[in-house]
Amino acid sequence: MFTAERVADKSDWITTDTGDWEIIIGLEIHAQVASKAKLFSGAATEYGAEPNTQVSLVDAAMPGMLPVLNEYCVEQAVRTGMGLRAQINAFSRFDRKNYFYPDLPQGYQISQLYHPIVGEGEMLVELDDGDSITVGIERLHLEQDAGKSIHDLDPNATYVDLNRCGVALMEIVSKPDMRSAREAAGYVRKLRSLVRYLGTCDGDMEKGNLRADVNVSVRRPGGELGTRCEIKNLNSMRFIQQAIEYEARRQIQIIEDGGTVDQETRLFNTDTGETRTMRSKEDAHDYRYFPDPDLLPVKLSEDWLARIKADLPELPDEKKIRYVKDFGLSEYDAGVLVSDREKAAYYEEVAKGNDKKLAANWVLNEVFGKLNKENVEITDCPVSAAANCAIVAMISSDVISGKIAKQVFEICWEEGGDPVAIVEERGLKQVTDTGAIEAMIDEIIAANPDQAAKVKDKPKTLGWFVGQVMKASQGKANPQAVNKILCEKLLD
Amino acid sequence: MRTTAGSKILGDFTPPYESTVSANLWRDGAVMLGKLNMDEFAMGSSNENSAFGPVVNPWRAKGGEQKLVPGGSSGGSAAAVAAGLCLGATATDTGGSIRQPASFTGTVGIKPTYGRCSRWGIVAFASSLDQAGPITRTVEDAAIMLRSMSGHDPKDSTSLKADVPDFAAACTRSLKGLRIGVPKEYRVEGMPAEIEKIWADGMDWLRAEGCELVDVSLPHTKYALPAYYIIAPAEASSNLARYDGMRYGTRIEGADLTETYEKTRGQGFGEEVRRRIMIGAYVLSAGFYDAYYIRAQKVRARIAEDFKNAFSQCDALLTPTAPSAAFGINAKFNDPVKMYLNDIFTVTANLAGLPGISVPAALDNAGLPLGLQVIGKALDEETCFAVGGALERAACFNAKPGKWW
Repeated sequence: MFTAERVADKSDWITTDTGDWEIIIGLEIHAQVASKAKLFSGAATEYGAEPNTQVSLVDAAMPGMLPVLNEYCVEQAVRTGMGLRAQINAFSRFDRKNYFYPDLPQGYQISQLYHPIVGEGEMLVELDDGDSITVGIERLHLEQDAGKSIHDLDPNATYVDLNRCGVALMEIVSKPDMRSAREAAGYVRKLRSLVRYLGTCDGDMEKGNLRADVNVSVRRPGGELGTRCEIKNLNSMRFIQQAIEYEARRQIQIIEDGGTVDQETRLFNTDTGETRTMRSKEDAHDYRYFPDPDLLPVKLSEDWLARIKADLPELPDEKKIRYVKDFGLSEYDAGVLVSDREKAAYYEEVAKGNDKKLAANWVLNEVFGKLNKENVEITDCPVSAAANCAIVAMISSDVISGKIAKQVFEICWEEGGDPVAIVEERGLKQVTDTGAIEAMIDEIIAANPDQAAKVKDKPKTLGWFVGQVMKASQGKANPQAVNKILCEKLLD
Repeated sequence: MRTTAGSKILGDFTPPYESTVSANLWRDGAVMLGKLNMDEFAMGSSNENSAFGPVVNPWRAKGGEQKLVPGGSSGGSAAAVAAGLCLGATATDTGGSIRQPASFTGTVGIKPTYGRCSRWGIVAFASSLDQAGPITRTVEDAAIMLRSMSGHDPKDSTSLKADVPDFAAACTRSLKGLRIGVPKEYRVEGMPAEIEKIWADGMDWLRAEGCELVDVSLPHTKYALPAYYIIAPAEASSNLARYDGMRYGTRIEGADLTETYEKTRGQGFGEEVRRRIMIGAYVLSAGFYDAYYIRAQKVRARIAEDFKNAFSQCDALLTPTAPSAAFGINAKFNDPVKMYLNDIFTVTANLAGLPGISVPAALDNAGLPLGLQVIGKALDEETCFAVGGALERAACFNAKPGKWW
């Protein structure tokens, strides 16, 4: 469902002296399957091991060694396909992609060209401004990763580490449905969130476990499609956006100078933010794809597929709908909460037994605010979801005020401990005893007769008295009660 | 132990692992005497393509001194068994490489059903066609050896999950009522009269055992050899890509990476291997893939269908193994197409994945052995052994090569 017709949001156009341009973007994401063993061998996949310590005879392509398909990886690809609401192909097959390179011991990569395991699908992508777009998925297929060539250890030699060789990747190909760097970033963010929800890939871009090849072309808004260039191997959200911006402007420059864009594969320089030619279309390899005769076709039964489907976790889109419908949260708040599996799980624990909206506000403002400020990940949050659940419960039942709650949260963050005990031990309980509050108010009025006299003419000064009472009660007086009594005493 | 596959490119490569078929033999008490020569990467029909020199057939034509080829590619195995150096030898068969040398050397050779023997640990030529099997002096020995070599292996995805029957017990089975098909397409032009004769003798012997002889047709036979010489090189071009001088085997350093590849592979592989790699790369390349590889696969499916249809009328097929007896060293070496024709009766069983056994039937007028082939249904090696056993008994083939050393 390539929507060539869809024209970019005007704010995403690039305007030059010659007029407006829009960018057309398609992505190929390589997501490493979260599997302990490789796609066709039992070797380990752990990150950061000593070079060439996780290499089986199959990975090293010793004579006579044969690949055996890791069924766990097949299952993860199918689950990801289901998450993408994509066609799952009951029949798929592996093909060999032939080329020579020292980090490719077999001389071919086992991939799926002709019959991928997952076909067309689509994904809803929420953007920063609250809008959303639908991005078509062309296909998802399984393939082996290559090893790593290390060029900077020796000036005259290249070293090869085969640990990564044979690791299972899901290549997820989008349709050219994105029109700006921010849409592309939104797509990657959503896809990353999806695979993390499913547990099919850890989404760790720094380790290269999720990386993108970006196809970029430019055209006049709504006009004929231009020639595309592919930028290889981008492993951060920032690089993806930088590369797209740079590449689009480079192509516009060429066209405006009267030239034509050559279809080619390019590399992104992370230091300069520029892209440069890796190989032109003429130099493209002839990969001589053909079905791998060492492997049987993959046939998936309906029963097996039904079982996999039934075991899928609740995914972000469904979760968001539930938060809006059942919890009464705003679309925006729900979107932020479900954007990440850990965040959603955290929120749901805080909301347990509490008012859902109050819990959402608390998590979004207090918890996420603090995490952002301190640059801490939700998984490393020093205040547990259970502790926050208790804090929110105390707010709901008027045991503490919102203000005190923030104080309790800070104490928990700094010192740890059980919030209920903290409130108890430090005497932070809200004073709701109207008698006690009244006594405090009387005392303050008595000490400030001039101020008290002015309130009737200037009702806004009532706030000063509220402040005084709160101060006297060390913030523990119930603000509503204070307000009510003050009004009765000074305004009536 | 050093493994070379008859090639220079493997250098002094010594595998730190044991193939499943050989491990099965050791498990059952077999004793290793040594490794044998073969055509480089199993590519050849005369064993003249070995980097270590040709294998000489222990047989000589009557009154002749000319050195003959033992057939190929498992020429070393066949020659060693024929010369009495061992009781049996392992071999592989991609297009006839067990059966044709067995025919040339007066020995028994069986290529089992594709998937009967694990390919794990066997240097690959063409994965979808390669099968291991034994070459022995008698049908019963072949049955005993094959039973040991066979069995499902989880390390080979194409290995079959099938029980392994007692093949030896099948060797003496009665053939009464068995229908034996005789494919008319195997009566090729220019076939020596002596081969026609042993084929007819074979039919008579089986009739005498109570078999019914049935004329059958395998109409796509003439396309088998061309299809084979597309599919096998295509797979080989990819399977042999791993011999790149980077991790093991021969490496001939060049000025840069590309030159290192070119020198290593250009000098490491022999002429026939280079030829087939080039054919394979060509038929898989963009623009030719559909016309060659895909068409060849369609032919392959038709050939399998031909056999299926034939087996609706019969239980096994009887054919000659090879279109000639052993020929002189160098006789066909410079004519690849002539050489490829050696496999005309054997490639079909590989393309269809069927078992085929070659049993020595007679000596020709020059005193050289000729074999008959029995092709069975998939996983029905037992019928191959039963018919092979009957042929062996009827032929009373007890000729031995003269003093060859």
